[in-house]
Amino acid sequence: MQPLLQIDGVTKSFQRRGGRFGMRVSQVHAVDNVSLMLREGETLGLVGETGSGKSTLGRLVLRLVEPSAGRILLAGRDITMLPRRAVRALRRDVQMVFQDPYGSLDPRMSVGALIAEPMVVHGIAKAERRERVQDIVHRVGLDRRHLDRYPHEFSGGQRQRIGIARAMVVSPRLLVLDEPVSALDVSIQAQIINLLRRLQRDQGLAYLFIAHDLAVVRHVSDRVAVMYLGRIVETGPRDAIYARPLHPYTVTLLSAVPLADPVRERSRQRVMPRGEIGSATAIPPGCRFHPRCYKALLAAAQGAARSSADPTVPALCAEHDPPLIEAASNHLVACHFPELAGAEPIA
Amino acid sequence: MQASDPVLDIRNLRAMLPGEAGPITLLDDVSLSVCAGETLAVVGESGSGKTMTFRCALGLAPAAARIVAGQVLLEGQDLTSLGPEAMRERRGAVISMIFQDPLTALNPVFTIGSQIAEVIRAHRRIGRAAARALAIDVLRRVHIPDPARRVDDFPHQLSGGMRQRVLIGMAIALNPRMLIADEPTTALDVTVQAQILELLTELRRESGMGMVLITHDLGLVARHADRVAVMYAGRVVETGTVDEVFARPLHPYTTALFRSIPSLEGAAAEMLPAIEGQPPMLADLPPGCAFAPRCFLGRDRADCRTIRPPTDAAVQGTHVSACLHANLIAAEAA
Repeated sequence: MQPLLQIDGVTKSFQRRGGRFGMRVSQVHAVDNVSLMLREGETLGLVGETGSGKSTLGRLVLRLVEPSAGRILLAGRDITMLPRRAVRALRRDVQMVFQDPYGSLDPRMSVGALIAEPMVVHGIAKAERRERVQDIVHRVGLDRRHLDRYPHEFSGGQRQRIGIARAMVVSPRLLVLDEPVSALDVSIQAQIINLLRRLQRDQGLAYLFIAHDLAVVRHVSDRVAVMYLGRIVETGPRDAIYARPLHPYTVTLLSAVPLADPVRERSRQRVMPRGEIGSATAIPPGCRFHPRCYKALLAAAQGAARSSADPTVPALCAEHDPPLIEAASNHLVACHFPELAGAEPIA
Repeated sequence: MQASDPVLDIRNLRAMLPGEAGPITLLDDVSLSVCAGETLAVVGESGSGKTMTFRCALGLAPAAARIVAGQVLLEGQDLTSLGPEAMRERRGAVISMIFQDPLTALNPVFTIGSQIAEVIRAHRRIGRAAARALAIDVLRRVHIPDPARRVDDFPHQLSGGMRQRVLIGMAIALNPRMLIADEPTTALDVTVQAQILELLTELRRESGMGMVLITHDLGLVARHADRVAVMYAGRVVETGTVDEVFARPLHPYTTALFRSIPSLEGAAAEMLPAIEGQPPMLADLPPGCAFAPRCFLGRDRADCRTIRPPTDAAVQGTHVSACLHANLIAAEAA
């Protein structure tokens, strides 16, 4: 079956002026040759640290930013070459939900007008608009009485329901959710996650779920992709990624999340993260993760030929950018030593 | 004072704020204590009072808020009886607080070294050169690489994690007996979070100071705290050792919170057992237990709906809960 969304070798570079007087121009790859696909009704979780490029990738799918190279296909149609007018029509099929419901809602518009607004943009007739607003309000767990009120009268969780209603009201096929629950209180997070799952089940729509919270992503996703400095470093079925992570970055991320169980926490072996992600303006040579990688250190210690520039890591890691290749069924990893023995720090 | 006496002992603290429809109770009979070398985690949602408790304790509450009852004993001395000047002397020197957002807490136009030196010179009569040397030492203690060079950096030259290290450095520069960390890693990536909390634990072990970790992340509590206090609507609803509270919660709010968080392990169920409804507005609290309208035990119980439970309604040694029906939780929650 044809995938709903296909991202095909997409790169987004920004030009950056550096040096004295800004005379030196360098290319910064925020998203670097990324390929992903998403099926109808499926959730793909996209994780990574700040600066990994995951939000930029989400914006590329909506054409809020233009790709520098590569193609994005929606239901088989290349949307990267669409003229401006057609982009508007595209947005009926692909909608976005933002992290901060406060920032994305016009405070002067009533909730009813806010939810109807995307339909005005798409030229849906007034009578139908009213009907759809009534319907969606109910489905996102708000009340008809709420329609005449203004965003400031609502709590964070209710505002996110309004944001979801706005996205859902034009019946999209794909929702790009950028940290949709990370600004919410714990008890409200669960409500919104449940709402998203219910809507997905009822409508059969697909989610590109961008988040830094690995437990939330595990809960909602069918498949997961892990991004690091613009690249997908690992992707696969949810249970494979969480039960048997192959990329040392994925292992490091999972290991950094504390479990809500003091007994397990005390006996757990984990990798202490080294350094910070840094910036896409200075991507390390070879494997971009190698300066922070525990597997690189282990591989060198176990006898892999060492790099002359940095003898603590293998030459392979310091000099060669690993391709993303299939290591197990549908499980892809970009690492020179994915199966390295003695490197299983997660208990 | 004996070794086992708490460094910080908040007793029956009550704080009010004038509101349009009468005074609002921000904190209702809050009692918390922290011993030397110990970490107390304070958990709760927005508006639960977890930050307000310590702002009031340190004299950093909003101007309109008033402490109307209770004591805040720091090494035996009641801070609520101190004037602003005496309070300022202790704040930063004996008790320090670090806040959530490392971006806004530093002044962008001064170097990090001068900001640390300023904190030191506000409390100690030493010269600029000596303060600068101390600032470099502080940066070393919080593991900022190449501190002698970094001391002249401006905040924008540092990553978010490094800025939080600088703020921690400012807080511990004068070797306080008590450090309050208010959501110190909420704005940071999980990898940086792990590094920052490891640093805080190391500093606590080295100095023997007491620490309060204000957080909403139950995983952080499990990993980094000795004891935990759960707050809801301005009250402490449950306290105990981390092992006690995680193994067998005595308050339905705690139980429901544990169940509602997604986990890295176990079955990923289709739906999370969410706590329905919203936390109450402090200006409009229900008459009985504030959690009763959302509670799997109290929703339909007349006593929960009408009687405000005492904070020590159920006591099992060091494990205390403000629930009238704590004995029913294990059976009902299953």
